[in-house]
Amino acid sequence: MGVSMEQIRLGAGAGFAGDRIDPAVELAQHGELDYLIFECLGERTVAAGQVRRRTDPGAGYDPLLLARIDAVIEHTLAAGTTIVTNGGSANPLAAANAVAALLGEKRLGRTVRIAAVTGDDVEAAIREVDPLVWETDAPVSAHPDELLSANAYIGADALVDALKQDVDIVIAGRASDPSLYLAPMIHEFGWGPCDHALLGAGTCVGHLLECAGQLTGGYFADPGPKDVPGLARLGFPFADVSADGTAVMGKLERSGGLLTVQTCREQLLYEVHEPHAYLTPDITADFSRVSFTQTGPDRVAVTGASGRERPDQLKVSLGFRGGWTGEGQISYAGPRAEERARLAGDVVVERLAHVHGVPEDRLTVELIGTGSAFRGAPGSRGSDVGPLPEVRLRVSGVLDDRAQADAVRWEVESLYTNGPAGGGGARGSVTEVVAIRAASLPREAVTTTVHIQEVRG
Amino acid sequence: MILDAIADVRTGDKGDDLIIAVLPRDDADGQTGHAYDQVVRAVTEERVAQHYGLPVATVHRTLMPTVSAMVFHLRGVLGGGVTGSSYLDGHGKTMGYHLLTLPVE
Repeated sequence: MGVSMEQIRLGAGAGFAGDRIDPAVELAQHGELDYLIFECLGERTVAAGQVRRRTDPGAGYDPLLLARIDAVIEHTLAAGTTIVTNGGSANPLAAANAVAALLGEKRLGRTVRIAAVTGDDVEAAIREVDPLVWETDAPVSAHPDELLSANAYIGADALVDALKQDVDIVIAGRASDPSLYLAPMIHEFGWGPCDHALLGAGTCVGHLLECAGQLTGGYFADPGPKDVPGLARLGFPFADVSADGTAVMGKLERSGGLLTVQTCREQLLYEVHEPHAYLTPDITADFSRVSFTQTGPDRVAVTGASGRERPDQLKVSLGFRGGWTGEGQISYAGPRAEERARLAGDVVVERLAHVHGVPEDRLTVELIGTGSAFRGAPGSRGSDVGPLPEVRLRVSGVLDDRAQADAVRWEVESLYTNGPAGGGGARGSVTEVVAIRAASLPREAVTTTVHIQEVRG
Repeated sequence: MILDAIADVRTGDKGDDLIIAVLPRDDADGQTGHAYDQVVRAVTEERVAQHYGLPVATVHRTLMPTVSAMVFHLRGVLGGGVTGSSYLDGHGKTMGYHLLTLPVE
């Protein structure tokens, strides 16, 4: 490092906590990457990690992190690729220690430098500042349920601090998704905090890559209107980013999937409700004038993103104890399947109220197969649809009391013998709920720290 | 004709809100212009609200002419979102495809 690069290649190694590993291995081995990014966090995954950490101080990081690093490390070291991840989740230090232990067991033939980035865990600051919860407009302290976790979305600056220290792996917690990609650009190209257009352009590239296979035809494929070749071998994307903020998105020819203007414009708008003001810790990005050009097979150039001053405050994801979800499902098939499923739902709701004291308004009844996914929108069931050959009843509820949640599961199961006729394939579960809310904290209340360790592999 | 004949959707969520991008497909000549104009006329905030059985005030449309697409922001439709509702699809990812059954001229 030290010499300013003119172009770098960033690869998407994971787009969510449960993502596949083999596409990352393929990219690490054949992609000639400068950086490989594993985006592994959702709001619930961080809160769930905090809960695990409470009972085990060595836990709380992404359960698949070690498997991901183990699968790619020989290729990334050989190619000089730096790994950046938020898979440290609720415990980046423990994650770094576990990765060091893993690499110490391998015969890598060299020293590996690992950085852990901490500081996103802001539970103490949240209790002190006691900001308003966005969803309720009441202070955190007024929330009736126990606060389990508070993690600030930290930005690229915290990750750049780590990259400056010549590391092979950067492990952060709640770093925002596009910041994982923006940090290498800032580091390599020397972009400053006032380079708003560049930071906006880089954030756009990060946004396009952060869901990995969603850009290469995954969450796009629709047989007929949108056929995608080799979907089972879907490759993950990379971007060749230049110092002027322009980029060409690409994928390996050997992998399945496709990368076109169409896949790019779908992903540009994914989960973006204000395209002219996409807020991250780094920038208020503006995607409203982005355009795409196909420059070759599976190569698309992106231009036109820009940005304005970053938000004053950092968003904080809060996890509150949220009770228990109980659910039960059972199927009915053949003549009157829908009528029997509906009767079964009525029976369960009546019994939960009268035998178990569960109020009806806490329950959700879905008749899967009848258009229940559309939640009662007009015309959900579709027009000209005759009798359905199969309907699956699902009854669920979020309840304060675990026993009541279990009663939901139990009452569905007990339909087996108590009717209506022909119910089969009953399944049920009870799971603890962490309710996610949001609040803001002043940037000054959040201090990040980089912890370096070396391991001889 | 229904919207499915001329456009695709991409659905995501943010908290309690559903975000549906509507992407007109290429015309036969490879240009999106005609389909885009048609979708801009046909898929209004009022019609989307009606199709989902929502108050018009909860639906907001943003046009994105440089990529020939538009984004609909449906506020508060997910009943607590993925962590607060017990619906099978708490994210509402399946809900976007309902829009493709919207009649268009």
